[in-house]
Amino acid sequence: MADLTTNTAGIVSPNPFWLASAPPTNTGDQVARAFDAGWGGAVWKTLGQPIVNVWSRYASMDINGVKMMGLNNIELITDRSLDVNFKEIYEVKKHYPNNAVIVSLMVGSREEFHELVKRSEDAGADGLELNFGCPHGMSERGLGAAVGQVPEYVQQMTEWVKEVSNIPVLVKLTPNVTDIRYPARAAQAGGADGIALINTINSLMSVNLDTFAPNPNVDGLSSHGGYCGPAVKPIALNMLSQITSDPQTAQIPISGIGGVSNWQDAAEFILLGAHSVQVCTAVMHYGFRIVEDMIDGLSNYLDEKAMTLDQLRGQSVERIKNWQELDLNYVINASIDQEKCIGCGICYIACEDGAHQAIFANPMDNGRTHVEINEAACVGCNLCSLVCPVEDCITMVEIPNEFDACSWDDYTTRNGKLAPRAEHEWRPIVGPPKSDI
Amino acid sequence: MSENNPSSIDDNFSDYKPLFTNASALVEANRCLFCYDAPCTIACPTDIDVPKFIKKISSGNLRGSAKTILDANILGASCARICPTEELCEGACVLNDLHETPIKIGSLQRYATESVVIENTSKLLFQKAPSNGKKIALVGSGPASLGCAADLAKMGYECVCFDKNEKAGGLNTYAIADYKLSYETALKELEWIDQLGIEIKTNTTVGKDVSMETLLTDYDAVFLGIGLGGVGPIGIPGEELDGVMDCLDFIRDLKTHPKEDLSLKGKSVAVLGGGNTAIDAVTQACRLEADNVYLVYRRTRSKMGAYEHEQELALKDGGVFVLEKQPVEIKGEGKVSELICAKTKSENGKLIITDELSSLKVDLVLRATGQAKHTSFLESVGIELTKWNTPVVDGNQRTSHEKIWSGGDCVSGGQEVVNAVAEGKLAAKSIHSTLSGGQ
Ligand SMILES: Cc1cc2nc3c(=O)[nH]c(=O)nc-3n(C[C@H](O)[C@H](O)[C@H](O)COP(=O)(O)OP(=O)(O)OC[C@H]3O[C@@H](n4cnc5c(N)ncnc54)[C@H](O)[C@@H]3O)c2cc1C
Ligand SMILES: Cc1cc2nc3c(=O)[nH]c(=O)nc-3n(C[C@H](O)[C@H](O)[C@H](O)COP(=O)(O)O)c2cc1C
Ligand code: SF4
Ligand code: SF4
Ligand code: SF4
Repeated sequence: MADLTTNTAGIVSPNPFWLASAPPTNTGDQVARAFDAGWGGAVWKTLGQPIVNVWSRYASMDINGVKMMGLNNIELITDRSLDVNFKEIYEVKKHYPNNAVIVSLMVGSREEFHELVKRSEDAGADGLELNFGCPHGMSERGLGAAVGQVPEYVQQMTEWVKEVSNIPVLVKLTPNVTDIRYPARAAQAGGADGIALINTINSLMSVNLDTFAPNPNVDGLSSHGGYCGPAVKPIALNMLSQITSDPQTAQIPISGIGGVSNWQDAAEFILLGAHSVQVCTAVMHYGFRIVEDMIDGLSNYLDEKAMTLDQLRGQSVERIKNWQELDLNYVINASIDQEKCIGCGICYIACEDGAHQAIFANPMDNGRTHVEINEAACVGCNLCSLVCPVEDCITMVEIPNEFDACSWDDYTTRNGKLAPRAEHEWRPIVGPPKSDI
Repeated sequence: MSENNPSSIDDNFSDYKPLFTNASALVEANRCLFCYDAPCTIACPTDIDVPKFIKKISSGNLRGSAKTILDANILGASCARICPTEELCEGACVLNDLHETPIKIGSLQRYATESVVIENTSKLLFQKAPSNGKKIALVGSGPASLGCAADLAKMGYECVCFDKNEKAGGLNTYAIADYKLSYETALKELEWIDQLGIEIKTNTTVGKDVSMETLLTDYDAVFLGIGLGGVGPIGIPGEELDGVMDCLDFIRDLKTHPKEDLSLKGKSVAVLGGGNTAIDAVTQACRLEADNVYLVYRRTRSKMGAYEHEQELALKDGGVFVLEKQPVEIKGEGKVSELICAKTKSENGKLIITDELSSLKVDLVLRATGQAKHTSFLESVGIELTKWNTPVVDGNQRTSHEKIWSGGDCVSGGQEVVNAVAEGKLAAKSIHSTLSGGQ
């Protein structure tokens, strides 16, 4: 079994799987049970001035019957007193000295920060996480995303904490910005030991078509809230890669968050440079037990690859480029394995109506559709292979050509030559004008 | 089946494929791939656009889903329950090739139509079009005639069905295994069909109460959807005894009477035949709690006309197949007590009846050896008949008489409800194109 021990900005945990600061880390009992289940670390539910929550708090995006592809919430930070929280943190740390406990903080003044840093350290915390992220409720009070969206505030508040803290400090960023690199650089400038991202994305989940009430429904009304879960993973991966491929922040340790549901998701975050990953929605859906397969799966994967966690980390960072650096002469075509094809015709209609009219379809005697690629028209966009329901039935194959690689930069500076492109077949528009439409 | 539960017989006849819940329908609907030019639709005789109605279920547009189904097949609610989907749409589903269970199209169809048709909760789906002044007579009001009349009514034709039965619907009302489609459910569907304004004159026999000539004079076209007749005697001694009957009468009785009154507890039953009708008689005799139910067939199981999945159901219900036996005599004092059979064998494909006899102690003998044709009626109509005494029709269900179309069991010799509806629809199209000046 691969060694999964992880060091994130000086916070050591037996594996890279942490609970994100959220309902699963509300109480000492929960965190203790999570550690029993195998979680390596836990970021405590954000502490600050006690708040009061509304009752109805979550709403879900289900896709084609699959539950909770996305989750949104209008919950605030901890609704329990600081005394109770710190007492429980102390108890947990005493019982689980090898697991990482990180205390998440959200307050507005230097004095408050100083006080909470001290109390966290006294309780035995292994690290701090500054929540500059919540897009709802707290931001209207000038906290959370209201801080995270202004790089100067991020730097300032990070400095306040760093002035007094003796344990590592992570800054948790909000994705509700146009360019994540600026707040990341600001956190680094403020002395942060590491970055955590993403917090939730500003969202309005849905509207009930019978009552017209938005969800989550608070007596017929609602409010914008934070969006997370499997659906946000691509956004999180992009923001992570922007920071790890920015020369200014490339070296800062990162705890990746956003849509992690299994070891594969986690491995992707690690390939893009994350040190640990944090999970909220998947635990809210299935409970702490999911970590068993995360540990088992990641460890098997590393064994198969014969790599250590450190060797895996960041392997894909270099592969993220600007579009204009990509090779325009890398030619691929769709290729259909007729043996596997079940004749559903879905690739045909997808390409015909939604892409490049590059698939021929003919009805067969058995009621199925025979499909074939028109290579002259295929632009290799991948769409058909994405919609085909049969595994490995449509593959994208490279079509070798004699042209040298040529990027947009090469092309526009006349340093490269373009291979011939596939073209849309010309089809006339026939019939009388359809003026009645 | 519990002994002391007084309603257990009724339970035996409860839906054998229960209605989906909302959640299960959604899960199933979302499994559908939404094939283009879908094979399931091609396999449906009435061309129901299956992926279209399924996607409407997943989007929560149940009314649109029901309309998609019922536009194509006015008996879509019945068909959802009684179609041999294994042989039709579900058998054609591409998921079979992925070694997955095919989409449960029948159950989804039932889910989509149940509230509209059976519970009749929603607003009108169809309306009778304003009259175009043309009148069509339909002989019979079974699936073929209803399929034809529904499409014609939607185009503005005045449709009048004549049926000799007390209730409309033909065998769909009187013959379908009750655990698939009950008599009451079939009647509710007919009530719903009322919205199309098709007039149905029941208890009216064409050729007796009203003549074919009158119909041909008074109407612009006539559709013959007369189905098949009863199952007649097979010509062995003892068939006049009490307890020997046409299995269609047996099924009709059990469908239209309280089941407790018909309990077969303590009795033994022999069903003669090997087709789907024989199977239905076996399964229902078992559900009426007969002690022994035998299916007596003269060839081997592989030669039986009944679908494999229906055979399995009969065996599961407790039926016993008595194979390679030819009934030769029924014995009893006034009423049946014994069925004598001769062993058969097959030599070079020819059936040989040996003189090796055996006997079954039975109280009831049900004939399911094939329905008769309405030959004398068809001959009196004067249209050209095939050597099997079925009307000769062209590709559009038109007979040799320019004003007469025909479809359903009387033409095919006996298929399914969905085929009868499809042929009725085809005839409607042809009638319309003829009367609206086509040819
Ligand atoms: C026991 C049994 C079980 C079956 N189970 C199934 C099943 O599970 N699924 C399935 O899809 N199909 C099933 N079928 C087949 C199905 O019932 C028929 O294919 C279908 O009903 C044929 O429709 P039709 O309109 O052609 O004829 P019918 O349904 O037979 O209707 C003909 C109508 O014409 C009337 N009629 C006849 N002559 C005259 C006249 N001279 N004047 C006035 N009216 C007349 C009759 O009274 C009858 O109402 C079953 C059939 C039987 C016998
Ligand atoms: C109900 C709920 C409450 C949350 N509360 C906090 C919080 O108090 N502090 C915080 O930093 N993040 C909070 N988050 C954000 C999560 O920590 C995490 O960043 C986000 O959910 C993305 O991860 P996921 O896709 O695994 O859920 C909350 C999320 C949810 C769903
Ligand atoms: S890759 Fe794109 S263009 Fe080529 S056949 Fe597939 S869908 Fe069409
Ligand atoms: S989508 Fe796949 S299975 Fe369906 S027709 Fe195309 S290649 Fe065949
Ligand atoms: S063949 Fe199966 S998967 Fe395809 S549309 Fe029909 S029911 Fe759906």
